[in-house]
Order: sequence, then structure tokens, then C-alpha cells
Amino acid sequence: MNSAEAYITGSCIIRHNSIYLNGELRWKAEGTPELQEWLRAAYDRFSGQYPKFHKMDALGKLGWLAAEILLQDNPVKTLPPEAVGMVLANRSSSLDTDFRYYATVKDIPSPALFVYTLPNIVMGEICIRHGFKGENTFFVTDAFDVELMSAYPAQLLTTTPLQACLTGWVEVLDNQYEVALFLTEWTPAGPALPLTAANLAALYDKNK
Amino acid sequence: MEDLKKQIIEQLNLQEVTPESISNDQPLFKEGLGLDSIDALELIVLLQQHYNIRIANPEQGPEIFYSIRSMAEFITAQQTAKA
Repeated sequence: MNSAEAYITGSCIIRHNSIYLNGELRWKAEGTPELQEWLRAAYDRFSGQYPKFHKMDALGKLGWLAAEILLQDNPVKTLPPEAVGMVLANRSSSLDTDFRYYATVKDIPSPALFVYTLPNIVMGEICIRHGFKGENTFFVTDAFDVELMSAYPAQLLTTTPLQACLTGWVEVLDNQYEVALFLTEWTPAGPALPLTAANLAALYDKNK
Repeated sequence: MEDLKKQIIEQLNLQEVTPESISNDQPLFKEGLGLDSIDALELIVLLQQHYNIRIANPEQGPEIFYSIRSMAEFITAQQTAKA
């Protein structure tokens, strides 16, 4: 199902050491830094003052960073907490952290790693940061499924009290990563596009 | 106590905190250093890994982990008892 009553009002794409906001390159790291090194540099550049960032796993950091950039100065943050939801997906679930946690089990299991052995924790980190309390769902799929990731948020926006929904793809495994986070809203704001699979695919494929 | 501060910063991944910024008597949780329940578990792991100390009575936790000084005093007492 696609709906012309819901709109894509913003996007943040993170891939190849680069961050794109609404299709425009916002930052590209010099050289080829390790993922954690790159994440720290991006945090320093776009946020700071949120020490809990450093405790997150790579999946949490990637999703949190994309939301931070996408929602900077965005009026969505002034909506009632229950009016903002989230629908995310990825291919590798929390496997990146599962492997790291498993490596600690032979000694003393790490509580700090254990809490990230679920993929939906990234949504919790974003919700804590921005105070969102709306419905959220995390899918694990082979690839970014534009049909699912447009239809499901559209249905939430048209049939539930949600007024905005973050939707997208947050993938990481062994330093290979890709984030495509979209802000979808019930009412158009700024350069909005109808929330359709074709529009989502076009935005996802841009800057590849 | 300076070594303990460094160990806590490393174990808890407190990247924006320096040993100099932690006073010996400030609370580690809530309004002090702002640690949370997962950090408490990591402090228990730290005691096991670095000092081979296990906390027999979990109810002692808030008292032991109140500050750097209370942790250091607990570690010293445990090491003295073992010697």
C-alpha cells in the first residue's frame, strides 16, 4: 500500500564515510578511518555533549547519529511524544555486537555489550534522545525493502495517532555499514515528496 | 585512587571524562558522575577482573559504589583480609 496522504519530509544517508542530508553532502571524512574512529569524528562534528553515545554499539551510534542530523532544528521534536514513531530495518540484526559479546563470554560476560544484543535497541537510543514514545517496529530483511518501508509507516500515519515516523535502514556488520533514515509525516513540510515506494527508492539510491 | 579512576574510565568507556575531573568523594551515580544500572554491573566486573574481588552481599552495592573513596576503601579492606 502506498498513500498520498503521507509524505517524506527529510532524509539522512550515511555511507562511504560520508553524510548526506536531504541529498546534499554534509560531511565526508578524510582518508579511510575505522568505523569507530569515523563515528567519533562525526559525533564531535554534529553533536557532542551526549556522553552516552560512547557506550552505544556501532548500530546504536549509526542510527542515533543519523537521527541527530536529520532532526536538528526540526519541529517534529515539538510534537507530543506519542505522536512520533519509528520503523527501521536491517539485514544483520545485532550480529555485529552479538559476536563481540560472545567473545567476552569465555571470560566475564560484558553487561554493557549484552544490552545491545537486540537490533531494536537503536530505536530506544533515538527515543531516549528525542523523547519519542510512539509505536515502533524493527524488521530484519535481506535488503532495504522500499515497499514494506513505505507502506508500513504510511499505514501508521493514516490509521494511528502518529503524526511523524522515522523510517529506514540501519545496517552494520564487521565495519561495513549503511544508514538511510527518512522522516515521514502526516502533513507535508518543506520540500516534501509523497511517501511511495518509488520515491523512497529514488532517495535511497541517490549518492550511492 | 588515581589508578581506580583510570580503570573506571576505561571499563565504562567514559570518553569525555578525565581522572582529574572525578573527585574522590563525589557520588558516582545519579547527580554525581551520572552512572546507571549497567555501569553498576560493569563496576562489579571491574572488581572481579582487576582485583579478584566478588561482592558477597549485593545489598552492600550502594555503599561500596557510592564514590571513588568508598570503592578504594572496600578494595583495600578486601585485600587486607586476604593477606
